[in-house]
Order: sequence, then structure tokens, then C-alpha cells
Amino acid sequence: MPPVFCVVNEMEGLKFHFDIDGGDFASAGEASVETKKKLRQMGFPPDVIRRCAIAMYEGEINMVIHAHGGVADVEVFPERIVITLTDHGPGIPDVSLAMQEGYSTATEQIHDMGFGAGMGLPNMKRYTEDLKIETKVGVGTKVTMVVDVS
Amino acid sequence: MTIREIAQLLDAKALSGNDLLDTAVQDVFCCDMMSDVLAFATNQSVLITGLVNSQVIRTAMMLDMRCIVFVCSKMPSEEVVSLAEDNDIVLLTTAHYMYTTAGRLYATGLLRGE
Repeated sequence: MPPVFCVVNEMEGLKFHFDIDGGDFASAGEASVETKKKLRQMGFPPDVIRRCAIAMYEGEINMVIHAHGGVADVEVFPERIVITLTDHGPGIPDVSLAMQEGYSTATEQIHDMGFGAGMGLPNMKRYTEDLKIETKVGVGTKVTMVVDVS
Repeated sequence: MTIREIAQLLDAKALSGNDLLDTAVQDVFCCDMMSDVLAFATNQSVLITGLVNSQVIRTAMMLDMRCIVFVCSKMPSEEVVSLAEDNDIVLLTTAHYMYTTAGRLYATGLLRGE
């Protein structure tokens, strides 16, 4: 999955944009894989790449499972990487509950695929320096994650 | 320990990455929940699992894992094998149950990947 565009701008950093297909669980994660490859090509430390890839992957899976897809934007700065995931899904009624390890609303079918254990959002928090969730029931969710490079 | 030695120990068949069987590995993680793998496994482990979908391969890619062992003679689709092949991940399949598979590897002294 190549990014739709990338822009070099000293003030805004390097940007990648991905459309996340919500109808195909098998292809979920392609944007995260592509982002990981880009970060590796740019020479970021392995730990930074790993944390970005895992956090974005969990978010991408969440968008496919719960929100019928969405968009992912990655902004790369020398000192930090900002990952923004935006969807127009059902929203999260209780964010604090959703942040608890083990809490999940995923279906049995999703469990059978190895996800839906209630570790998605906790993992996104675990691997990032900052996690911001803006959500409105019936409207959608925007998740912004920051990974510091240092 | 090399992946080839793991394959011999588990009477396993390689489905991808035949040219990577002499890669050395140091630890193992055993789980069917991919989010738990992402949360607790270390880089470059071997993953033992009973799941055979594409997300198992992508989870392994996120952690730079070198080898996945499918238990109970589970066989992934051709698409999943191709995804692993394209990303230099060795897939092994063994007839042993997960408990036996993990036990045999644990007994060799391989670390637990925690």
C-alpha cells in the first residue's frame, strides 16, 4: 500500500497519508507495514520504529474492526513522529473503560482472528509518549499518538 | 539455536524461507492473541501459534520476528505463505500440540521472549 502522497516541508515535516480499507481484515496493517519501511529507510532507531509500527498497527486494526476503516496520517519530524488516525465509525462511549486492559466490544469472529482481547488502546498508550482520543458517539473517533525520537 | 534445529526438534516442515533456516534465534513467544504478542513479546523471537491468518504474519513483521511455528498441523493459505516469503519470515508447521511444541523448545534453554 503506497501512501497517497508525501510532502517535504521543513516546518511541517514529512507527511504520509493512507486510506484504510474497512472491508478487508486480511489487508489490515498494510499502512503500518509501509510506515515501518519508510521510517527504517529514513534511519530512525529500531526502538522508535518498533513503537510507531505497533501503535499504528493496533490503531489500524481497531479502525477496521470497529469503524469500517478511515484514514491514517503520519508526520515525521527529526525529534518526534505524530500518527493520526481518523474514522467515522460509531465512536467510543466510555474512553476510560476502553483504556482498561482486557475490556473489548469485539465479536467472537474478531477473537478468532487473534484480536479483540482488549489490548489495542492500552498497547497504543504503552508504546507512545502521548495518546489523545477525541471521540463522539455516532460521529467518529480521532486518535493522535506521538512517539519521541530521543 | 538455528531455525533448522527447531524444525528438526519439532518434526516440522518449512513452508517458507528455506534459505533462512540457518538463522540463529534466541527466544520464543507462545500465544494466539496477537495483541498480547505485540504487548509482551520481544524483537526477533520465534512465535508459536495456532492461528494461520495474515495478521499473524503482520504481527511478526512489526516485531521483526524471524520464524512462526504453526501447531496441530495447521496450514496457512498460499496468500499467507507468500506474505511471509516476501518478508523473510520462516513458516514452520508441526503436528505437535502447542503445549508439546512450547515444552520441547523450553527444554532446550531457549528464552521465553518476555
